[in-house]
Amino acid sequence: MTSDSATRRPVGYGTLVAVWAALLLLTAATVFVTRLDLGGYKVAAALAIASLKGGLVIAFFMHMRYEGWLLRGLLFLALATLALFIGITFFDVLYR
Amino acid sequence: MSHAPHRDYAGAKLGMWLFLFTEMLLFGGLFILYAVYLHRYPGEFAAAGHRLDLVLGTANTVILLTSSLLAAMAVTAVQRGEGRIAVLALGGAVLCAGGFLAIKYAEWSVKFSHGIYPGSPSLVAGPPGESVFFGLYYLTTGLHGLHVLIGGVLLAVVALRVKGGRIHAGDHIWLENGALYWHLVDLVWIFIFPLYYLML
Repeated sequence: MTSDSATRRPVGYGTLVAVWAALLLLTAATVFVTRLDLGGYKVAAALAIASLKGGLVIAFFMHMRYEGWLLRGLLFLALATLALFIGITFFDVLYR
Repeated sequence: MSHAPHRDYAGAKLGMWLFLFTEMLLFGGLFILYAVYLHRYPGEFAAAGHRLDLVLGTANTVILLTSSLLAAMAVTAVQRGEGRIAVLALGGAVLCAGGFLAIKYAEWSVKFSHGIYPGSPSLVAGPPGESVFFGLYYLTTGLHGLHVLIGGVLLAVVALRVKGGRIHAGDHIWLENGALYWHLVDLVWIFIFPLYYLML
């Protein structure tokens, strides 16, 4: 493993503050967009923005961007499992 | 004869991430429940969702995002040997946790005073979709609030250990894992916010 954090270069304060500013902008955007009358697209827009925000938190605040293949692979596995649960549940609920 | 204390930084962090994956699946399960019942009771969910306070929900989103920034800055500060900045940042994050819980308390109190709580007479008499919505709302935000409480205490303990010099640039897995837990609390709220406050 090359990702020994004890010796890794720290993430700069500037990068962290920029990510925080992006998260606040996305929060404002999601509140604004969901006030509009978009019908079914409202749910899609809200979830897309939430996923983007979640991705920023995981990549920068949780350092996943700087981690090795093991943690990245396990994260993918966990999210794929969740997606599978959601997919199979709705395959049942929608076509019952 | 003296031994260097055994340290496995990568292993400790891997263990934390495995725990966080179980947390993601736990809250993911609650989100699936929400989605299935939204599909079954779209009208009642929309009516009930509009009774939540958007201003308070947005304020709590901003508070948690800021506290996450502070926790991430604390990790950087300790890695650079700036312990004092780390303690200040962690103190700020703990204050944010307190602020979040205070707002949540106010929000729940108003709902309770309007007779909206699990098993309340008005919910029992009302349409089933409404009581399902508020049941899931209290379960999800309650479980999340418990995580905020635990995370806040954890960050306070970490701050004391940084102050006492037990967490430093050479050994800061406590801080890094504590911050990871706190970011997960933020991550979960990032999805609770649109599901309950925004998209209905």
